[in-house]
Amino acid sequence: MGLAISFWLLAAAAVGSALAVVLLRNVFRAALLLISCFFAIAGLFVTLGADFLAMVQVLVYVGAIAVLLLLAIMLTREAATGSPFSRWRIGGAIASVALLAAMIAVFRATPWKVADQSVVLKPTTAELGARLLTPESGFVLPFEIASVLLLAAVLGAIVLVKEK
Amino acid sequence: MDWLRWIIFVVIILAFALSFVMAFILLERRIVGKFQLRPGPNRVGPMGMLQPVADAVKILLKEDITPAKGDRWVHRLAPIVAFAPALLVFAVVPFQGKGPGLGFSLDQPAALADLNVGVLYIVAVSSISVIGMIMAGWASNNKYSLLGAMRAIAQMVSYEVPLVLSIVGIVIASGSLSLNSIVEAQSIPFILLQPLGFLIYFLGATAEINRAPFDLLEAESEIVASYHTEYSGMRFAMFFLGEYAYALGVSAIVSVLFLGGYKFPFGLLPQSFIWFLAKIFLVFFLMLWVRSTLPRVRIDQMMAFAWKFLLPLSLVNLLLVAAEGVSTIGFGWAAVGINVILAIAFVVIWANRFYRVKGVTVG
Repeated sequence: MGLAISFWLLAAAAVGSALAVVLLRNVFRAALLLISCFFAIAGLFVTLGADFLAMVQVLVYVGAIAVLLLLAIMLTREAATGSPFSRWRIGGAIASVALLAAMIAVFRATPWKVADQSVVLKPTTAELGARLLTPESGFVLPFEIASVLLLAAVLGAIVLVKEK
Repeated sequence: MDWLRWIIFVVIILAFALSFVMAFILLERRIVGKFQLRPGPNRVGPMGMLQPVADAVKILLKEDITPAKGDRWVHRLAPIVAFAPALLVFAVVPFQGKGPGLGFSLDQPAALADLNVGVLYIVAVSSISVIGMIMAGWASNNKYSLLGAMRAIAQMVSYEVPLVLSIVGIVIASGSLSLNSIVEAQSIPFILLQPLGFLIYFLGATAEINRAPFDLLEAESEIVASYHTEYSGMRFAMFFLGEYAYALGVSAIVSVLFLGGYKFPFGLLPQSFIWFLAKIFLVFFLMLWVRSTLPRVRIDQMMAFAWKFLLPLSLVNLLLVAAEGVSTIGFGWAAVGINVILAIAFVVIWANRFYRVKGVTVG
């Protein structure tokens, strides 16, 4: 019961703030509402028993991505009014409708399994660590490839901003 | 019964945080006064003890001003966003452990929630406060406020990296992300086992909560009062109290992670929350000592210090701890000896090398 109430509250908060992000003219306020959307999603992770994921959601999305987003907004002109006219309005509409259609198709095609209610929720951190870093689980190679990709991105950023 | 326990703990934490913040404000003014060979505030009440109360009353009576051309709602919300995370941190801090203690015994750890991901929770929550500063800087419609917010972002992003890397060393040594288990694991306090990690964490945390010598955000001589230039009355007080609440939070986290929390050193006396509170005061005194000793650094010096000094050292610390964990040395007294010697050597060597880099000096 309590879980259901918190789910619907968080879901309403997430959808409401996501809509506001799209509809608001003021870019800075839109970014702040995006942060509240991230928080609501972290709350949804908590209701699902994904403790580690919820914390990482706050840490990465709120603590890092949103802060960089706000920094970028501070460097833009006329952030309070947004861009009044865009030539890409029709193209953007088509792309977003296509994306929405694809997501609905995937959503409908996925067989959603409901977990057994009797399963006791356990802390996920140790399990995640073991899955990512033991050879038997088969996730070591993707993990290492992702690490190398991030390293390459960091090096690329350094090369780009380096003075001649 | 769980509900009752949570309500009681919320009340305890609020009372603890607010009374300690008041005490810290007074202590800071008195102790810095002593460092500067002057008495400090000593007129209101016995030994000036009612000074924070007088300040609070004065500030509550002041007018609450919002800039006419600012963003009114964001301006109003900003102090709350900046202050709330400081209190949230205490939700996972254990005040006393399970079992017999000094005077009384507990059947479970005395913390609001002993989360399995406690360390991650602290790192995640403390990264929120910068958003409050950015909101304040933006909504004030003042160039100094905006510059202060920019500095806040640069500082936070830089110092979070070594800070988190130094905590990873603690997590490796204790094998847990829960703060209570980390305290339990400290038969030898981690400050002895990982002196380098303590140094990095302390410096990084000092920078992250904008205390001197890293208080560039509030460099009065450069940018007035930074992001809270346009604030007055209670909203200014919330930023001010928030700063001390963060100082309290960092003192508590340092006590838990490195000084053994509620345990008496080496178990000579039974565990008690009294030792924990004493350690909080000790760490806060250390901060005051640093503040009254060192001059403020420049912005480029501060960035260089984070990226070129703290980051390499924190990677070295991580490698060292991980190597000891997988080798036969383990985390006993042998590791203490090795780590203390290596920590001194690394700091001295790296500081010397750093000093000679052309064009960049950090002193």
